Amino acid sequence: MSDLDSLKARALEELAVCEDESSLKNWNSRYFGKNGEMLTALKKVSELPPESRKEYGKLANLVKEEIYLAYDSALKLCLEQAMLQSLQTDKLDITLPGKIPSSGKLHLATQTLRDIQSTFAEMGFQVFRSREVEEDEFNFGLLNMPLHHPARDMWDTFHTTEPGLILRTHTSPGQIHVMRKFYPEPIRVILPGMCYRYEAITTRSEIMFHQVEGLVVGTNISMTDLKGTITAFTRKMFGDDRKVRIRSSYFPFTEPSIEVDMDCIVCGGRGCPLCKKTGWLEIMGAGMVHPEVMKNGGYDPSIYSGFAFGMGPERIAMLRHAIEDIREFWGNDLRFLSQF
Amino acid sequence: MKVPIRWLKEYVDFDLSLEALINRLALAGLEISGVKHWGVPLPDGLKLGADEPYPVWDKDKIVIGLVTKVDKHPDADRLKLPTVEYGAGKTITMVTGAPNLSVGDSGQKVVLALSGAVLFDGHATPKVMKELKPGKIRGIVSEGMVCSGFELGISDDHDGIIILEDDAPVGMPLVEYFGDSIIELDILPNKSRCLAIVGVAREVAAMTGGKLKSNPAKITSFGPNISGKIKVTIQNSSACTRYTASLIEAIKVGPSPAIIKRRLIQSGMRPINSIVDITNYVMLEQGQPLHAFDYDLLCLRANGNTPEIIVRFATTGEKLKTLDGQVRELNSETLVIADSLGAIAIAGLMGGIETEVTEKTTRVLLESANFDFLAIRKTMKSLALPSEAATRFSKGIHPEMVLVGANRAMQLMQEIAQGTAAAGIIDCYPTPLAPQVIDFSLAEARRILGIEIPLEQCRSILTSLEFKVENSGKENLRVTVPTHRLDIQAGVADLLEDIARLYGYDKFPETRLAEQLPPVLIDPELDFERKLKDSLVNLGLQETISYSLTSPEAEAAFLDANKTEYVALQNPISSERNVMRQSLISSIITLVQSNLKHTETVKLFEVGKVYQKVEGQKLPLEPYKLALAIGGPKSSAYWAEGTTNRGTLDFFDLKGIVEGMITGVHLEKTSFANANHPALHPGKTAALFIGDKVAGVFGALHPKLAANLGLEKHEIIAGEFDLQALSLGLPQRYLSKAVSRFPAALRDIAVVVDQSISGQTVANEILAAGGNLLKLFSLFDIYEGDRVPVGTKSLAFALTYQADDRTLTDKEVDKLHKKIEDRLKHILKGQIRGKED
Repeated sequence: MSDLDSLKARALEELAVCEDESSLKNWNSRYFGKNGEMLTALKKVSELPPESRKEYGKLANLVKEEIYLAYDSALKLCLEQAMLQSLQTDKLDITLPGKIPSSGKLHLATQTLRDIQSTFAEMGFQVFRSREVEEDEFNFGLLNMPLHHPARDMWDTFHTTEPGLILRTHTSPGQIHVMRKFYPEPIRVILPGMCYRYEAITTRSEIMFHQVEGLVVGTNISMTDLKGTITAFTRKMFGDDRKVRIRSSYFPFTEPSIEVDMDCIVCGGRGCPLCKKTGWLEIMGAGMVHPEVMKNGGYDPSIYSGFAFGMGPERIAMLRHAIEDIREFWGNDLRFLSQF
Repeated sequence: MKVPIRWLKEYVDFDLSLEALINRLALAGLEISGVKHWGVPLPDGLKLGADEPYPVWDKDKIVIGLVTKVDKHPDADRLKLPTVEYGAGKTITMVTGAPNLSVGDSGQKVVLALSGAVLFDGHATPKVMKELKPGKIRGIVSEGMVCSGFELGISDDHDGIIILEDDAPVGMPLVEYFGDSIIELDILPNKSRCLAIVGVAREVAAMTGGKLKSNPAKITSFGPNISGKIKVTIQNSSACTRYTASLIEAIKVGPSPAIIKRRLIQSGMRPINSIVDITNYVMLEQGQPLHAFDYDLLCLRANGNTPEIIVRFATTGEKLKTLDGQVRELNSETLVIADSLGAIAIAGLMGGIETEVTEKTTRVLLESANFDFLAIRKTMKSLALPSEAATRFSKGIHPEMVLVGANRAMQLMQEIAQGTAAAGIIDCYPTPLAPQVIDFSLAEARRILGIEIPLEQCRSILTSLEFKVENSGKENLRVTVPTHRLDIQAGVADLLEDIARLYGYDKFPETRLAEQLPPVLIDPELDFERKLKDSLVNLGLQETISYSLTSPEAEAAFLDANKTEYVALQNPISSERNVMRQSLISSIITLVQSNLKHTETVKLFEVGKVYQKVEGQKLPLEPYKLALAIGGPKSSAYWAEGTTNRGTLDFFDLKGIVEGMITGVHLEKTSFANANHPALHPGKTAALFIGDKVAGVFGALHPKLAANLGLEKHEIIAGEFDLQALSLGLPQRYLSKAVSRFPAALRDIAVVVDQSISGQTVANEILAAGGNLLKLFSLFDIYEGDRVPVGTKSLAFALTYQADDRTLTDKEVDKLHKKIEDRLKHILKGQIRGKED
């Protein structure tokens, strides 16, 4: 009996002086290890006379439980103290750079095209694509610009060595293609794609650029629908409070023709270098489909009416991100592209 | 088209600030590209051009002066001392070097700047503004300055001082005399009627409700009739719709009045002499180009006969020395004005030097004609000779304008050059243009514009633009197009444009489309392209977009046997971009090259069209291709990892990207095989097959090509794929696999095989033996070296066994594993490592 008492007293005494985790662990193996004292004491029961075994066993288990609980709470306390201490000392320099997983991006032009497409998709516009190497007839003739028409001067054209075959100067030939495909159904499409112009490459002009053309044809389409559609688009792309201004303009394939401006996103209309002091930024050309074009697409202009618009995604991206040099787009410098 | 506001105001009164005028014009379809000021203070609110400095002519310090005498400078031959009076009893003497003022002169009206005036420094380029201060020039005190156009900020001419008209009021502030703003308009093709001051004035009148002051020219007295003095023959009336000739006799040719010269200068033209200046002035004012011949020279050429004007196409090889002194060779598409001896002018473009009007001319034959825009455009292009006249003709002018121009010029020639116009005019107008009448209906306005504009308002808008309008029913108008309009081609649609722009688009409501939706357009290619791009971005690649124009030389090293004839440009901007590309890989390699100059690791992809000519077909094919290219260290340097041992991207990195793309877009039936491509390393190139068709080839850049391109630092791995071929691997739908809920058993296997046996072959055998219960296996090591026999290699795989319906027992797994080992031993003659016999 007194063996167990003294074991308990000694164990608790020794436990009290353990100061860290390792001394606690040592204590644990001393008493509860393979040949630990506590286990040894428990095993002693078999050496006792049968009548004392029960009482001894009971007492031994009580001692075991008591000193183990004491150990357990001492260990918990010790670990908690260690953790509290580590909270004080484990301090990262959080200003060091993080490790950015390497990732890719879509080209800015693709991102902008997708933004435009999804904005129009919400208004029920579908995407229709057509060829880039195009017949003169589709690029000009069927768009109300017969050979030598003065309006052809508005587009400097790349001619191929094949007579009558050019690089499309705008996505408008798609208007004819889509009308001929859809007739007599109503049409509500955008026609995105690459276009080409025979021009000097400067910070403001490129020989190759995307265009997104829109075309709506139906029996009840009017200028007010055009205004509503492009205003909605502009606000969605550039902000809810944008002001939109419509000017009279000229395109051979629309009549009446308009030009759409929005108030300058930099100066809000006061005048700055971006808007060339006008307070307005030109964002697209548009108009009601010219009766001749409607006919060339197969639709009777006395029954059907429609509107068309065209814009440049690169220009839109330049406005949105303050890009000053259009040559950045096809320069494909990763230091430029990775910003978007 | 440059429009001086003072000139414009001669034709229309309006009460708008310059800023408001510019806005109104822009909204009505006349866009302003610039504004220049002649001495006036910057107009309120004007933003356009506001940051370009110019001298503002101070009312008290820049005034009109009268030269009372010019003395010699005692010390310098080149310098003179004019004394200038600028008001009662106010005179001033100064030093000038002006070449157009001579010692002994007096009576000239000049522009006098007094000290304190701010002007451009006449000796500084680029222009700087400078305040005039009294000073001594070679010992003589100079308190003012007689000004040149340069100093006043109205010309780049340093050559002499401005001499004003004789009636310029002495002492008047210059800014009051001819201070002005000049707006520059970009004229759209349908507004060519505004290539005239009167045309712009008409628009302003319609916009503001003002009245156009265009009184027809009045000629008060005539000389003897023109008949019998000139014959006119039009040989080709489709190229020359109308030709009129007038004769003005007893003229005195000299310099033009200052106001005409000024306006020509403001409009960007050079004053020549009064007669030539009048033809130009009338063109700018009315829009009708004119030409003046020396009538006596025509008589001389006619050698006693009545001179004859013949409008015809030139004969090939015919030559003419034009006014600019150049001898021009003409061709059968050049429309010329000729007489019996030959061409005397290129119609609508430029006169000939032989019959030009000079100071000696006393009789002028005035041509006012209408040439077909097409004929003029062709000539303009073939001779590369643009001119103000040709620009106007090439956009089309109504033949009725011919008389307006001729009469106005005759009037001015009488007033300015004291000429006497012969009575009558020779007018050759074989097929007069019929008046254009359009039936306008409100219903059409409603249908196209979507708004209700009262009939009365439509009528008043059209009337303000000089359409003749009659009522024809409650909702209809009968509209006759005015004779200055040629742009009305589409009938009512054109009228709607004029009505809409003057009614004001700002008043249009915004409506939403009510039309029913069209049928759904299905474009699987577009969907596939989008998924492909997204998947490659997810795999860490940056999309690029490069020029589709290239050169055969740039692509030569990259084209395989599938190359076709090029779609070539007739007018390339440079020899580097003279054809449409046939490959994407060559341009993407160029981008790798340029980006590696500043970026360590480059991983790019591009999806775009190539252009392939098809034998016997006009239109080329435009299939979409995908190019991939990577190179550089596998990862970027990171402080926590050190900079060494980052590895270099290699073939298997690109293959991994291809495999990632395959799983990313769910392509099926894919396999790889060794392949060849002229731009790639023969031992490090693979083809991706979809079924039995090649969908693309990729591999390490050929070392020789890499060396040529300076890309030796890191291996570059690149490839090109055909989108259509890839899309053949797209299943209708891809199936999912249920995840087993039972534990898996993991075993490794290492097999030593002959070096010639491919990894794929080993893998195939493992798969064949493993059956359904082999859920996953992956290669984790390849060893060649001392510990295996020469000519062999060891491949180590990690295998995962798992059943869907039960926990596998050790026995089952052992049996299966043994089966795989046996198969490798028997079929590939492999040795299982650790179990060598």
